[in-house]
Amino acid sequence: MQRMTYREAVRSALREALAADPSVFLMGEDVGRYGGAFAVSHGLLAEFGEERVRDTPLSESTFVGAGIGAALNGMRPIVEVMTVNFSLLAMDQVLNNAATLRYMSGGQFNIPLVVRMATGGGRQLAAQHSHSLEGWYAHIPGIRVLAPATVADARGMLLAALREPDPVFIFEHATLYPMEDEIDERAGACDIRCAAVRREGTDVTLVASGGSLPKAMTAAETLADEGVQAEVIDLRTLRPLDMETVVASVVKTHRAVIVDEAWRTGSLAGEVSAQIMERAFNALDWPVQRVCGAEVPTPYAKHMEDAALPRAETVVETVREMVR
Amino acid sequence: MSEPAVSAPSAQPPERDHALLLLEEMFRIRRFEEKAAETYQAGKIRGFLHLYIGEEAVAVGAMQALTGDDAIVATYRDHGHALARGMPPGALMAEMYGKANGCSRGRGGSMHFFDASRRFYGGYAIVSGGLPIAVGLALADKMRGLNRVTACFFGEGAVAEGEFHESLNLAELWQLPVLFLCENNLYAMGTALERSESETRIAVKAASYRVPSETVDGMDVLAVEAATRAAAGAVRGGSGPRLLEFETYRFRAHSMSDPDLYRAKEEIERWKERDPITLFEERLRGWGLLTDDEQAAIDERVGAFIDVAVAEAEAGPWEAVEDLERYVMSE
Repeated sequence: MQRMTYREAVRSALREALAADPSVFLMGEDVGRYGGAFAVSHGLLAEFGEERVRDTPLSESTFVGAGIGAALNGMRPIVEVMTVNFSLLAMDQVLNNAATLRYMSGGQFNIPLVVRMATGGGRQLAAQHSHSLEGWYAHIPGIRVLAPATVADARGMLLAALREPDPVFIFEHATLYPMEDEIDERAGACDIRCAAVRREGTDVTLVASGGSLPKAMTAAETLADEGVQAEVIDLRTLRPLDMETVVASVVKTHRAVIVDEAWRTGSLAGEVSAQIMERAFNALDWPVQRVCGAEVPTPYAKHMEDAALPRAETVVETVREMVR
Repeated sequence: MSEPAVSAPSAQPPERDHALLLLEEMFRIRRFEEKAAETYQAGKIRGFLHLYIGEEAVAVGAMQALTGDDAIVATYRDHGHALARGMPPGALMAEMYGKANGCSRGRGGSMHFFDASRRFYGGYAIVSGGLPIAVGLALADKMRGLNRVTACFFGEGAVAEGEFHESLNLAELWQLPVLFLCENNLYAMGTALERSESETRIAVKAASYRVPSETVDGMDVLAVEAATRAAAGAVRGGSGPRLLEFETYRFRAHSMSDPDLYRAKEEIERWKERDPITLFEERLRGWGLLTDDEQAAIDERVGAFIDVAVAEAEAGPWEAVEDLERYVMSE
């Protein structure tokens, strides 16, 4: 076992993939000389050279599209879009090309492309740098959407994504990069088909993913001190959703709270909530609750941003109401 | 108002068999499009239908310079490119009928023809959306050490999109083997180039990215072929991307639902005087390369070609609705 950060775990997977497969290459803004905006790819340029660690111009649409084209033609590109905020400039390539070409061609082409990007708020970067849009991506048929929330998953899910024949989008919550844990660096690809039960409990199910998982875990600890046993589920894969794991938990606990940093309206939290009601309505002792981001452009000031994002305390207060 | 550009016709007569092949291929596209329009009116083809009539010399001429190993990226006006690439007409007509024997199994329609076996990477229906794909295809070829060209067709409307500029920049920066083929038919749907661009000279735009370019008479199939051979040769030689601008004109409206209110009738008629097929026929006759008998034989073969396309489309099965979700993800 090695102790490493989430950032190092992603780098470890990148290094392993680049070393193992000559068709793998990394491209994106500042991935090379700068070492990655979040220092994820630090050192990889020196190790693998400019052919395989490619700095791109600030042309999100074209370098994501070029990733699609390269994937169509025998390569295994990993495209880093610095953050989800900038990925909006590439949305046409994502939605109209990456997600459709296989279907529109009647299965003649597939696109083994991995796109990674940082997501989320909580760093006082204001409205244009704090979006949580992985739920938008999860709306799109034709792609897989992953949100690794642990150090082990940061490595294992990237390695798993590189085995998929179809486009995979990986959302790395920016607040998770410094997080440390002990992981087995020899462990290869992990399962990306299933959600994970991160904490077992009997009284309420907390459903979270990515940057919301630590908040749900903190809430569960507080609740345990109050005698309420919360089960915490990490969705891990946002598309396709593993609702079996969620439903099995809700059938056991009879209550569910979904924690999602995205805006509540039209959110993935809404989708999970709807599916719980479709599939486990009779098991519910309380309406499904959601703790989501406030419906405002994320503000800069710390106290305002804190109030705009889901907090462990809000989750605890919500559960207290449900188990009174 | 835009006037047809008239270039000096090639002085040297082409080799006879090759010339007749070019003529027949242009005829095939013309008749195929006329049949598609007729079938559309009959309600057998629905959705959007963008006809290539008037622009045949571009696809046919350019495709001569490409080998089977090269890649093609096309637009939503893709029938001409697909036929010139050698895709079976039945698979194309069946696709427009929405049949399972269509080249995209009825999932794409007129705007989205695909053929992996011919490296035909599709018709792209978001203007400029295919350019980044072409850059990526070429990047993969370069990284894999394959000496292949990616030919990317797009209309002049695409030059208003950011992806045009990003793609030219990246292709030149990384010296990628992309052949950018701009079909300048003067109108982005109904908006004339001079009404949407501060700089209407596409070659000047290419030059600002250091991409060598040339403007070519797109109504002269021999000029198109010669220019494309030279440009493709340069790209194949590893000297980075090239751009060709073909001055052409669509004789029909933008699509079947376009009332064509934005072009003067006189302008359309003047361009029709430069019909690429008629022009080429006249020149072939002048060179003594086309006789009445040969013309009749071509007409007959092209008629049979279209009949086969329609018959295969009519006879084709419908995809099972149970397969609605098939091909969304790999199985």
